[in-house]
Amino acid sequence: MRDFVYDRADSADAAQTAAKEGARAIAGGTNLLDLMKHEVETPDRLIDVNRTGLDQIEEADGGLRIGALVRNADLAAEERVRRDWPLLSRAILAGASPQIRNRATTAGNLMQRTRCAYFYDLGSACNKRSPGSGCDALNGVNRMHAILGTSEHCIATYPGDMAVALVALDAEVEIAGANGKRTVPIAEFHRLPGDRPDRDNVLEDGEIILGVTLPKPTGGAQVYRKVRDRRSYAFALVSAAVDVTVEDGKITRAALTLGSVAAKPWRSNEADKVLVGSEPSRKAFENAADRLLQGAQGHGENDYKIGLARRTLVAALAEATGIDIAGDAA
Amino acid sequence: MAQHQITLTINGTERSLALDDPRVTLLDALRQHLDMTGTKKGCDHGQCGACTVMANGRRINSCLSLAVMHDGDTITTVEGLGEPENLSPLQAAFLHHDGFQCGYCTPGQLVSATAMIEEIKQNWPSVVSGDLEKVSLSDDEIRERMSGNLCRCAAYANIVDAIREAAKAEGVA
Repeated sequence: MRDFVYDRADSADAAQTAAKEGARAIAGGTNLLDLMKHEVETPDRLIDVNRTGLDQIEEADGGLRIGALVRNADLAAEERVRRDWPLLSRAILAGASPQIRNRATTAGNLMQRTRCAYFYDLGSACNKRSPGSGCDALNGVNRMHAILGTSEHCIATYPGDMAVALVALDAEVEIAGANGKRTVPIAEFHRLPGDRPDRDNVLEDGEIILGVTLPKPTGGAQVYRKVRDRRSYAFALVSAAVDVTVEDGKITRAALTLGSVAAKPWRSNEADKVLVGSEPSRKAFENAADRLLQGAQGHGENDYKIGLARRTLVAALAEATGIDIAGDAA
Repeated sequence: MAQHQITLTINGTERSLALDDPRVTLLDALRQHLDMTGTKKGCDHGQCGACTVMANGRRINSCLSLAVMHDGDTITTVEGLGEPENLSPLQAAFLHHDGFQCGYCTPGQLVSATAMIEEIKQNWPSVVSGDLEKVSLSDDEIRERMSGNLCRCAAYANIVDAIREAAKAEGVA
């Protein structure tokens, strides 16, 4: 690990001031310290934000305001979250291990970096780690990699679970910077790689995350479905978060989001709209999945993800709506 | 280099530590600076769980935390669970059920399982909980909740037996 200067912030203002001066925020540290040990991350200065008091969960306009420092374990176990946003609890609990969730924070989870092996390996070309060096994943071991929104410069995925649920739930990210506060819809927080894969998200230099807000619950049925190599403590190959409302036999509202298929949780208004007005059925679910996966492209080893994502989303929708899809024509 | 003066309350005893390097992890502070070698270093990347300790009652990977971030915290290590002549019920259950082979992962397993039983008492759900709002103990729950602790000898079956027995003895069902 490269040496760094360590300072501790006792308020959000102090953290933001340090960030403006170039310090990197550290909260749980479960991802950042791992990357620093590999020397993938080499910050000169760390600002410890654990004591800034941003660890509260509060009611806000029928929804919740979740402080940046709320630990994953606390958020998943929060009574209102379990009752009204079970999708969020389940997505968080599907990720990492209990030890990690006890330490990892809401903002830190949004900031976690890709698990692309070439990003971790200093001997490999990686435009995300070292802009301009190339991308060894394009023609390499890429079975975990993205099928949507990629560029010739990067095919890495955002690996997390929590953000996939937050996108389906229309959460917003509260950000503080030198010019005051701003709010960004979570669906616009993470970036597609384009020609700047080193920039994972829209956070500007000197900005910090203050918290995440959840709008009031939709009352829909929520399901998080995660497919992975091991049953526990493994990153998703594909995941699906759905929040669907059915009234009088017809779908009146749908939010569909796929995880680990792109550099950001993948949702489209068009795919959501495909379902609205339909009766829940395998065919309707497949139509929506096909719309959401429009343009999907594999890179060799990850070709299977297109079909897997389709089946995972259909299964999640079937579970949410109580439809038995076994035996129906594909 | 800057000096970092920190205080930790470890297994009930206050310990002060002067670190001249902020890179020291909580794990290395325990093992290298305080000579408390019960906590083990396995992968040093948060994957194996051998370094599990409790910080303010919560189980964490001590390898993925800087010691300076824990100034003022209360730490429980395997040395704080019991003594050779006065084992904790969980330690006794591990012995009874032969919940290990080489023993290297055992300190982490013990601290992790001790905290896990408390988490179930607090009704914390897991991803395999059918009902998120009412948690109960099952072997599936134990396996899921212990997935952050690897045992390369694969003593898992006996580890689950030991944890189930200790949890039930504490009234967790």
